Parts: sequence; structure tokens; C-alpha cells
Amino acid sequence: MSLAVPTALEKEIDDRITHYPVSKRSAVLPVLHLLQHQFGHITEEAIEWTAAKLELEPIKVLEVVTFYPGFRQEAPGKYHIRVCRTLSCAMAGSYELMDSLCEKTGIDRSGVTHHHPIAVSPDGKYSIEFAECLASCGFGPVCMVNDDFHEKVSDADSLLSQYSK
Amino acid sequence: MSGISYKSGREPHPKEHRVVFRNVDREGWDTSLATYLGEGGYEQWKKALQLPRQEIIDAVKQSGLRGRGGAGFPCGVKWGFIPPTNTKPVYLICNADESEPGTFKDRYILHQDPHQLLEGMAISCFAVGANLAYIYIREEFPEAAVIVEKAIAEAHEKGLLGKNILGSGFDLDIFVHRGAGAYICGEETGLIESLEGKRPYPRIKPPYFPAAMGLYLCPTIVNNVETLCHVKHILEIGAEAWAKTGTPNNTGTRILCVSGDVQKPGYFEVEVGKVTLGEVINEMCGGLKPGRSLKAVIPGGSSAKVLRAGDVYSVGRGDDARELTLWDIPMDFDTLAACGSMAGSGGVIVIDDSRPISWVLNNINGFYAHESCGQCTPCREGTLWMKKITDRLVAGQASPSDIDTLYGVAKNIDGRTICAFGEACAWPTESFIEKFRDELTSDTRPELEGAIVNSETLTAAAGL
Amino acid sequence: MSEAKTDLVDVQIDGVWHRFPKGTRMIEACRQAGVEVPHYCYHPKLTSPGNCRMCLVEMGLPPRPAPGAEAPEPDEDGHLPISWMPRPVIACANTVGPNMGIRTTGPLTEECRKGVMEFLLANHPLDCPICDQAGECSLQEFSVEHGKGESRFREQKVKKPKNVDVGPRIRLDDERCIMCSRCIRFTDEIADDPVLGFTDRGSHTVLTVYPGRELANNYSLNTVDICPVGALTSNDFRFQMRVWFMRETHTIDTNCATGCNITVFSRQNKIYRITPRQNNEVNSDWMPDSHRLNYHWIESEARLTDPLVKEGGHHRIADWSEALATAADRLSSLKGGEIAVIASARMTNEELLLVKRLAKQLKAGHLDTVARTGEADGYLISSDRNPNTNGAKLILGLENPGSGIAAIQRGIEEGRIKGLLVLQENIVDEAGFSPELLGKLDFLLSTYPIANATADASHLVLPGACWAEKSGTMINATGRLQRLNKAVDAPGQTFEPWEIVRDLIQATGGGNGVHAVTDIFKQLTAEVEAFAGLTWGQIGDLGLPLLETDVTIPLLEREKQRIASGLIVG
Ligand SMILES: Cc1cc2nc3c(=O)[nH]c(=O)nc-3n(C[C@H](O)[C@H](O)[C@H](O)COP(=O)(O)O)c2cc1C
Ligand code: SF4
Ligand code: SF4
Ligand code: FES
Ligand code: FES
Repeated sequence: MSLAVPTALEKEIDDRITHYPVSKRSAVLPVLHLLQHQFGHITEEAIEWTAAKLELEPIKVLEVVTFYPGFRQEAPGKYHIRVCRTLSCAMAGSYELMDSLCEKTGIDRSGVTHHHPIAVSPDGKYSIEFAECLASCGFGPVCMVNDDFHEKVSDADSLLSQYSK
Repeated sequence: MSGISYKSGREPHPKEHRVVFRNVDREGWDTSLATYLGEGGYEQWKKALQLPRQEIIDAVKQSGLRGRGGAGFPCGVKWGFIPPTNTKPVYLICNADESEPGTFKDRYILHQDPHQLLEGMAISCFAVGANLAYIYIREEFPEAAVIVEKAIAEAHEKGLLGKNILGSGFDLDIFVHRGAGAYICGEETGLIESLEGKRPYPRIKPPYFPAAMGLYLCPTIVNNVETLCHVKHILEIGAEAWAKTGTPNNTGTRILCVSGDVQKPGYFEVEVGKVTLGEVINEMCGGLKPGRSLKAVIPGGSSAKVLRAGDVYSVGRGDDARELTLWDIPMDFDTLAACGSMAGSGGVIVIDDSRPISWVLNNINGFYAHESCGQCTPCREGTLWMKKITDRLVAGQASPSDIDTLYGVAKNIDGRTICAFGEACAWPTESFIEKFRDELTSDTRPELEGAIVNSETLTAAAGL
Repeated sequence: MSEAKTDLVDVQIDGVWHRFPKGTRMIEACRQAGVEVPHYCYHPKLTSPGNCRMCLVEMGLPPRPAPGAEAPEPDEDGHLPISWMPRPVIACANTVGPNMGIRTTGPLTEECRKGVMEFLLANHPLDCPICDQAGECSLQEFSVEHGKGESRFREQKVKKPKNVDVGPRIRLDDERCIMCSRCIRFTDEIADDPVLGFTDRGSHTVLTVYPGRELANNYSLNTVDICPVGALTSNDFRFQMRVWFMRETHTIDTNCATGCNITVFSRQNKIYRITPRQNNEVNSDWMPDSHRLNYHWIESEARLTDPLVKEGGHHRIADWSEALATAADRLSSLKGGEIAVIASARMTNEELLLVKRLAKQLKAGHLDTVARTGEADGYLISSDRNPNTNGAKLILGLENPGSGIAAIQRGIEEGRIKGLLVLQENIVDEAGFSPELLGKLDFLLSTYPIANATADASHLVLPGACWAEKSGTMINATGRLQRLNKAVDAPGQTFEPWEIVRDLIQATGGGNGVHAVTDIFKQLTAEVEAFAGLTWGQIGDLGLPLLETDVTIPLLEREKQRIASGLIVG
């Protein structure tokens, strides 16, 4: 199976690659970002497409994909929530925030492991994972929903209400 | 700072000295080039293009500017490490990976004042002879990447970047490169590997000192966002005037990021060494929470060794010898080093008496276990081991000798790894045990000594 | 300081001063000084990632005097005092410098090694009793020397994939892997087949073959050799034999003209394994899988074990005296011009010298060998698939071995050739002689290790030992003289080919009796100019350059480039 990359996206990818005049391989991260943005997560096809595009062995792309938590190999929910787990946010209540977000969205995190950090709600609308320090430690608990950033999240309900559609 | 007004509730503290953060939270300020140009933006860049390169490098050396990314290494000295005989291209990378726990400063420059960074970078590129530069922005700053790319495009349009800049004959391209969620990409050689499209495994030094063999094995200068911004100001007010701010050998201003158990956490740009930790906590941050007392402070990002409240620190030598309580410690590189910790990335984490130390340490160990790249043995195996011990400690499943094991594991990582992550992950454990052994031990259960805590590990060391 | 005018530097290793070229890696300097620094990830033929940290040593340099202070005084030998660094350094990637001190023993180094061992064993399954690598596992070896007595690790071990088929010949146990990356570097840097990599990170890092791909290249088994632990194992060898029970014979591969240096592992005359043996002039540290695994036929049921005499269209077993008498009898009825000899470029120089004598004694009209060619693989495998073509040229005086075969075929066809001696070849399958053609001969004698179509057609079949069962010398494609050493005894009544040829010479007219292959070598040194002055012992395990050729070995050429660019030590 090959990946159906829309022409406009491929053009954008080709344009990104020009940012690395010395080595196309440098474009691995940007290409994967663009593919993940389009398809929600990185599939095997996406890995092979990237490898072919950048003239790399697919293992070299897989090595990179699996290193970074920023690349997901499993489909997230429509709204993917990342809750900061690190010290300052934990002091500000991020574990409690995680619990209450899970409760409200019906997400069960009991199956979460190092290899499968993401848990998805039964309706597929929300997914959640812990992230490490999101660099806003003074204003915790901090979380991200898709690309949106939220500080001092004291109330799970009001956060989720912004993503209810 | 006359005539500048800040958004309500975000005004700088009177003890602040805003240089790099001048425009952060500023009323009426935006990220457009027009706004930036309206306040003398890119004037230093134009000036720099007329200067001999060495003059800029010398100014940066003279200013005493020390890296704001963590190690506090003198910026001008680093630039001077590019081999004089070099014939390869030179690259410059701005380290905007900002991921040291407790640190949140670069994000505001990226989000609110991108042109300041671009101007600082452009001047630095010109000084070191780089025609291609990257800004490595952590993945969790998606908006910042958009803002900075837009700023780059605007600067290109106005001929401030690109080919033959302002007729000087100097070419410069700056691109944004986004990370993907890995603390180790903040380590400069890990960053370089990541930028080369590989797993961000830090490189061994020697031989791979970036200034000699960095990106694509060419001389590469890696500097923090805040450091690069300062270059612009050094040019603007002159190295000597710039060095008058701050304290000797700890010149200039730096941004402190305070989080944890204080009333008003936040970021504060202060003259280095001109404010004490006590002033930071009690005045700038409104003090501790009601009814709480101070237990500990991590003064320079989570990797910095913890300082215990109530301890007395002997610093200085000879005539300068003094004894300081934690409250009196001036926030500068040298004093914090003399106190056995470091200024690091400027992230100050305040811990009050409501926090069990084992819980704090376990959280920190969780971070390092998650972020170890796994390349070298001590850190790969040791980080997870330390986390597993403190996991048991907080669960009441540890025995007193586990504390010794924990300490031994940290010591076996410290100083023996490929990159400084080894120290970064070992120092918290080492220092927490050195300072809080009694409290940690009180969380253990002597009756578990010698007991099987994980039946699975019983597998006999047969044959070994 | 007594730094010589050349770029030699003085280095103190464990208290003793030595002198090395500047730029020598510390680990190699120690090795040259007779001190082995334990290491896992370092391999001189691969790049150095410095990841295992096993080679940490204490290092020191002359003290740097404070500004204005007096420089330290050198001692009477010109050496400055050494001020030791508080932090250990890796010996594998750092190089020696002037007046450097290295301590490979002492508390700091010992502590470092113990620490690394403890870390490596923390998540290791500790299943040595059932591990193939036992006995040659560096982890086991060093842990005995440097490990702590008992582990402080009380945690759950990280679970990883076990028993993974990474390719047709190799299996992987990820829980045993110490992530030294040697195998990855080999496939990337030497075999140009990057299918291995690390996925995930931190303690959860796993060595992986890309899903749907295989580690199947013809050099894959070298990864098993360089894996310092039992993570990669060979399907061919797994669970076959504990290494400490086996005998090791240093010999050479005879599958092509490169003559890879190898070690044959055997026990009670059975070969269990073949591994490459380092020779930087021939095969570096590597060898092709196809050659390494081409030994199972040696214990085949089809081995010839007795001389066979054909009677009434059927072979019957004979003893050697009868066989030799038959040969003498049948050959005596033929004139020299009616006899042809086809020898083999798989024969040793010693065998070929006797072949030359036999042909001369019989006044044979034709003498040639069978050419055997294939495609060169661009690494180690030569297009010449005979191991001793250069020997055949030199000793038999053949300009173009194999070029006389057609004339022999014509001679048989036309009835001019009536007797044919085929020595260690199967000319039906490998030189285009049809059984019908051979049927025209009055007398066909062949020697070979295993039943074959030429033997079927022969009047007299003599069992000749194969490469693993004999000793002698060969000259490889680059002109290097190398020694083949007998690893196992041949089955039944099989003789080494030199013995057979010697006996044929004696049976057909006498000649001096030689009793050892070294005797023949001595005669070679007297009779063949190129061998003049050489001794058997001189050739040693690594051989020596004998002839000038313009042949190079592609893999070695690339290795030289990597050495020159400083990427590898070599
Ligand atoms: C584990 C680790 C993480 C680091 N993370 C960062 C970071 O997020 N941002 C940063 O600027 N420097 C970071 N550094 C420091 C960089 O390696 C490098 O020293 C710095 O970018 C140099 O810039 P400076 O001299 O301007 O401080 C980190 C270092 C280590 C060892
Ligand atoms: S110290 Fe840790 S982060 Fe640094 S290279 Fe080693 S394993 Fe990676
Ligand atoms: S399989 Fe063996 S050679 Fe490969 S990384 Fe693991 S231990 Fe090293
Ligand atoms: S700890 Fe949560 S943002 Fe830093
Ligand atoms: S041998 Fe592995 S670090 Fe030196």
C-alpha cells in the first residue's frame, strides 16, 4: 500500500526539503511533521514514503519516528491532549488534572505503557498522554490540545468545553 | 524604559532590568517587522555589516557574555574555537529547544519578539562567517515556529536576509527546524544529529566539538536564544557599557524563571548577581504560600543540585570569604557554583515544606528516565533504575539500603557518560540524598531489607 | 621533554613509559604495551561511537602551571610529572598525546568497570546456562573479572523481544543485546545493507530489523561474530556445541581465490563452525556467509571412503595396494602421448609439485587444471573461484589454466588420448566432459572427496581428502602465499591428495618417498624460484606476499580509505 499524498502537500514537502541544501536527510523531521499533520499519525506507509522521498533506508526513518514522542504511530482522538507531567506542573496539580480529564472523557489509561503512551476515549473524540515539561512551568498545570496551549488549567470541564464539537 | 507600558498584571517588577525582555508583554507591541523597525530594529545588523568581523567577536568576548542555555560558557570564547585554518562552511544554530524543567524564557522571545532573535542571529552569523543558520524550535511550540517563519519571510522581503544583504555581499539564510519532543535535542551535539535527520544521539567529545566538527562535520556554533539576543544589545550599547550591568565575570542581565511553591511564579529579567534568591522569592514572587516554610530550591533547572533551606554556604576566598544563607545567595553563575549548584538555565524551582522529598525526586527521576537517549550504558540503564527505586520509595516498598543503592547508581552515571545528560540526571539524586537522607530514609521500611521486592528479579545469576 | 623529531610521543601506561605515534588511540597504545582494556562497542574496523563506556580509564597530562608560576621540572628521562584528571576518559576514541599518563588499573578505573558491568547486567536475562555465546561472551568474561559479586538490582527487568528471526541465518534475543551498535555499524559501513537499527529510546531501546526486511546479505553472519554477547546467534551453529569443547584450526577458505583466513571449530573430526580470522591483507575481519557455511557436505553420506575399482560396469571396494597396482598396470600399457592429466587449482602448491613430477614421469602429453569462475561480489569474493590458480600457473607452468581442456576433449574424441588422470576434479559437472566422451577412454582415474559423475565414469576412483582434511600452501589472487592446515581427519581410507600423487609416482616408476607435506615444501623452495629461501614456519598464520599481481580486494581498498580519513583504526 502506498501513501496518497495530496499534490499540494507534496509541494509543501518539496519546498521544505530545499531548506536543507547540504543534506536531504535533514528533512526527515519536517517531512514527518507534515505527514502527521495530514494523516493524524505516522503509518508504515508514511515511513516508506518518507524514506523514498529522501532516498533513505526505511530503517533510518523508523529509528527516528520511534525515538520521538512527538510522532505517533497510533491514531489519536480528534482532540489530542498532552498534559505536562513534570515537577512544577505536578506541584500545580497536573496529575489531578489528568485524572479528571480521563474521568470526564471516559478514557482508561490503565493500558498505557512506554510503547503505547496514548489512551483514546471510547468515542474516539479525545486522546490523552503525559508530556514532559512544556516550558511554561510558572503557569501550571499546563497542557496542549492539538496545537493549542493552555496554562493554569484548573478545571477540566471548561477546557473540554472548548473542544466539544 | 520610559514610554513603554506593559499589559496590566504583567508589568515588570521594579527590581527587573529588562533588555532582552524589553518587549515581552508590552502594550501595543506585535511581532511584525514594521513594529520592530519602528523602534530601531535591525539598525545593529546594518551597523554590523560595516564592521570587521573580528571586531564583533572581540566585543562579545569583552562583554563577558556567558551562555544562557545551561553551561554558562563564555560566548566569545566559543566563537573563537572555530579553527583559524578552516576552509569548510560554518553554520550557526540557535538552540530553541527549551526543555530543561523549570525553564520558560525562550518561548516569550520566540512568540513575542522574533525579530530581536533574528537580528542577534544575523549579527552572530556575520561574525563567525556563517551563511546558513537554523533555529531548532521544540515541537511543543508550534505557534512559535509559525511566528518565527513569518518573521524570517518578512526580513527576507526587506532584504535583511537572503543574498547580498543590503549590498554588503554577505548572504544569509535562516531556517526553522522543529524538534519532535526530546529533551536530548537541547544538548548541542544531540541537536546536531537531530538536525542531520538522525536519532539525536549526542556525539563523543573529542573529537566532535561542534565549533570544529559540528553540523555536517563543519564548524558550527550553537547558542541559546537568550544568548543570541544579547549579541544585538552588546553591539547597540557597546561591550563595555553592557558589561557594566550585572557583576564582574557574571555580566549582563538574565531571565530567571520561577515556578513551584511561591505566590506569584513568573519570569524576571535581572542583572546577573544583583538580586538574591531571597529577593526573588520574597519580593518578586510575592513570597511563599501562606503558612508554608521553605524546604529547598533548585536554582538552575531540574538538573541543578538542590539547595536546602537552613544551610549556610561558604563562598568567596580570602577577603571576599562570606557565609550565606540560602536567602542571601546572589543569583549569578559563580556564587551558585560555589554553593555547590549552578545557575544553569535560570529555572528556579521553589519547594516548600508541604512536599515530600521522595515525591519530588521521583518526579524528576521520571523525567530523566523518559528522556535518556539510551545511547550509553550508564545513563540508559541508570536513569530507569533510579526511577524504579524512587517509584518503590514513594510506594512504601523501599528499604533503607535502597537509598545507598540509589546514591551508588547516580555516582556510577556521573562523569562517565557521553554527554552532560549524565550529570543532569545524576545530580538531582546525588544532591537530594546528600541533603535529605534522613527524610528519604524515613520513607523506607527496614523490614523490607533483604526481602524480595520483585520476584521476577530472583532469576539466579547463574553462570555469572 | 624527550619528544622525538618524528611524531612519536611518550606515554606512561600503568607506570611504564612507552612511545607511540601521535594520534594512536589510547586503547591501541595499551594493547601494544601488552595491556588489554576491556571494551564492547569499539571495533577497530568500525567507527567508534563510544557508547558502552567499558573502556573508561584514568588519564593525566602534565600540570598546567598557574599564570606566573614556575613550569614543572622534567625528570632525568625528560618526563614531566602527570596530573591525573578527576574524570575518566574512554580509551577507544581518545588518542595519546605528549607526556600523557594512562592508568588501566587503580580504584577509579576499577570502579568505572564495575559500574558499567552492573548496569549491563541489570536488565540482562542472566541466562548463560542456555546461551550459545557462553564461553566466548565478553559480558560473561568481564563480569567475572570486573563485576560485583551480587547485583543490587531489585527491580522488574525491561521486557524485550526474544527469539526474533532477523534473517534466514540469524536470530536475535533483544534482552541480551547491550546496544553496542556493532552490528548496525557493520551493516551500514561494511555490508552496505542498512536493515538494522535501534527503535524507541532510553532503557527501552531495541535492536530491530526493519519490518518486512531481512538481514540476509551474504556477509550477515559477521554480525554474529562481532556481537560481544549472545544477542545475535547463527541458526547454523545454535545449540550445537559449547565452544570450550572445540578445537580451533587456523586455515584458509578455499571457495575462491581470495583465500579468506578462517578458524575451523571442530570436535572429534566434526566441523561445527567456521569463522573469519583477522588478516588485514586478505579479508580484514570478515568472510562471506556462502563460504562460511559451505562445509556440511564434508560429513555427507556420499563421501568416498575407499578406493573403487570398476569391474563389469560396477565399482567394487578395493584396498590401496590393489588400487595403486591397478593404476600402474593400466598406465604402463599406454604411451606418454596417450596420457592426459587434469589437476585442480584447488590443490596445494605441494600437491601441484608432485602432480608436475607425475606428469613428467608418465611423459603425459597434456597437463591442465579446470578453470572455475563466477561474478566477483565487490567485497571479498573473487571472480576466480579456485583458491590456487596462481599456484597452478607458477608450479605447473600454465599460462592460462583451463585453456588446454578443449584440446584434451578433442584428443579423447579423436582417440589420441587413451588414458586420463583427473585429480581432485569432477570434470563431467565442471568442465563439460560428457560420460559418453569419457567412455571412450581406455583408462580413467579420478580422485575426489565425494561421489560424483566423473567418479561414476572412472575405472579407478581414489578418495582424496578435501580442503579441511589436508595441509599445504596456496597463493591467493593478490599473490599472497598462505597456509592451509588440516582441521579434521578424512573419513575411511581417504588420503590427502599429495599422498595419493606420491604413491602414484612410486607405483609408476619410483621416485623418492616424501613423508610430510613440509618435505615437499622444502623441495619447492629448491625447485621453484619464487619460493627460494622460504621456510614453512615463516609463512605463519597470516601468510606472506610472494608474487606481484595487480589484483586488489575491493573491501580492503575501502577499508584503507576509511583508515586514511581517520574514521577507523584499521
Ligand atoms: C541534556 C542537555 C539539555 C540541554 N538543553 C538545552 C536547551 O533546551 N536549550 C539550550 O539552550 N541549551 C540546552 N543545553 C545546553 C546546550 O548543550 C548548549 O550548551 C547551549 O545551547 C549552548 O548555548 P549557550 O552557550 O548560548 O548557552 C542542554 C544541555 C544538555 C546537556
Ligand atoms: S548520557 Fe544519556 S543522554 Fe547522553 S548520550 Fe548517554 S544515554 Fe544519551
Ligand atoms: S545485537 Fe549484539 S552487536 Fe548488535 S547492538 Fe546488540 S549487543 Fe551489539
Ligand atoms: S513543568 Fe510543566 S511546563 Fe515545565
Ligand atoms: S569501547 Fe565502548 S566506549 Fe570505549
